[in-house]
Amino acid sequence: MAKLNIDINGLSLKNPVLTASGTFGYGFEYSDFVNLENLGGFIVKGTTLNPREGNPYPRMAETPSGMLNAVGLQNKGAQYFVDKIYPALKGINTNVIVNVSGSSVPDYAKCAEMINELDHIPAIELNISCPNVKEGGMAFGTSCGAASEVVKAVRDVYKKHLIVKLSPNVTNIQEIALAVEAAGADSVSLINTMMGMAIDIKSRKPILSTITGGLSGPCVKPVALRMVWQVAKAVKIPVIGLGGIASAADAIEFLLAGASAIQIGTANFIDPSITQKVIDGINLYLDENGFDDVNQIIGLINK
Amino acid sequence: MKKLVDFNIEENIAVGAGCFLLKLHTDEQLPEILPGQFVNVMIEDAGVLLRRPISIHYADAKKGILELLVKIAGKGTEKLSHIAKGENINILIPLGMEFTMPAKEDNVLLVGGGVGIAPLYYFAKVMCDNGIKPTLLIGTRSAGDIILKEKFSQVADLYYTTEDGSYGEKGYPTQHSVLLNNFDKIYTCGPTPMMKGIAAYANKKGIFCEVSLENKMACGIGACLCCVQDTKEGHKCVCTTGPVFNINDLKWQN
Repeated sequence: MAKLNIDINGLSLKNPVLTASGTFGYGFEYSDFVNLENLGGFIVKGTTLNPREGNPYPRMAETPSGMLNAVGLQNKGAQYFVDKIYPALKGINTNVIVNVSGSSVPDYAKCAEMINELDHIPAIELNISCPNVKEGGMAFGTSCGAASEVVKAVRDVYKKHLIVKLSPNVTNIQEIALAVEAAGADSVSLINTMMGMAIDIKSRKPILSTITGGLSGPCVKPVALRMVWQVAKAVKIPVIGLGGIASAADAIEFLLAGASAIQIGTANFIDPSITQKVIDGINLYLDENGFDDVNQIIGLINK
Repeated sequence: MKKLVDFNIEENIAVGAGCFLLKLHTDEQLPEILPGQFVNVMIEDAGVLLRRPISIHYADAKKGILELLVKIAGKGTEKLSHIAKGENINILIPLGMEFTMPAKEDNVLLVGGGVGIAPLYYFAKVMCDNGIKPTLLIGTRSAGDIILKEKFSQVADLYYTTEDGSYGEKGYPTQHSVLLNNFDKIYTCGPTPMMKGIAAYANKKGIFCEVSLENKMACGIGACLCCVQDTKEGHKCVCTTGPVFNINDLKWQN
């Protein structure tokens, strides 16, 4: 039994397995299938200052080895989270992380400030990379200036661990990562979904109500892995890797590329017990290959 | 309590109209399964990523029995149609909210269109076990699309419409003369235009009416928010708030 615990710039995880925002609800949805306290942590769905109804149906299209979604940050707002969701989450003995999104810099900051008051939320993941909202979201994550501005504003009011979630829909992800690191991020997570689209040739119309959506699933994994490797080499802060991870082997690839922790997203939809299987599989891999601590394999290909 | 359960295929029967009936068995203990609920079925194929949501045609949880009546509608169900006796499939069960069970004295009408009849069998069977024999009105394109007539006749008084008039009354279920009778509760599953027609009829007469929707899903457990229906209380997941909805909660124009 190898040591699985990880310290990400002060954020202590039992193991490197987290879940990706928007794929794990508020955790409860999965409690019939996994013991939530066995996870390194889980990242609850994107929360915005004000409630959002999200985009019209249809919001999803299956594509080769992947899926497109255009949910559009449907959520009941930060106050609802504080009043109704947080009380049920705070007793769970693992890291419950809130994904924070917004359509303006003051909205992001106000939302982060509200979450900062919650004792049992040790970190937020700042979503500057959602491709499915008209204003904000990805717009903040695709230029160094805008990314830096929103991270600085949140850093001023948010005192705990600040993860910034990066968009793959950029020409140079290293530059964006360096900009958010300089602006005060404690870690970065990547990748959010890639912009894509699908057309129904019978109706001759786009499948998604929004025409374009975010691509996730096994098809994005090689791109995600490449970007994690690039960013891990560029920045000094820890990198959390995600994008198409569906097995322990996939997770280990990300750790070897330089990710200090990983998130499982779309794979939760196919096997709601996948997170435990990935934790067990990482442990087995370490034992079988003579490692006694998961830290020994992080970024190993770069050494 | 939802579970991931491996089922063994005992039979896979082509029943006509592009549909197949899967008879499944498991030795694992099953949770309570109610009429109107559905399952999310794993399709073992490199070309199919997501599970497929399928309504429960029949279940006997104590005996480990599950039946699914499926229409081939795309590559997932096409792949599933080839599954053979002796193979295993992994099923997430049970999902969603059930039909509201009528009272013993209620006069109940079920309306099914196409493969929308699938969940109505289990519902009618449970009603019969509780001493209620429902009326079941089924709409199909033509006589050749009528499936499992003998099976359904054991749990309901059957009436048919066909679009071409080759069996039963010509036209759509919304035009059938059985609707002249008085009903206390109506339940419907099938193509959206048919369900909207039945909902409009129920609404006009002030009759309790539930519809079973089948929006495209990913997770089936309320996590991904992909399958939402626009309701009077905003976007609701069909997989957890539904698939059964009371027509008064929907924003359908009557």
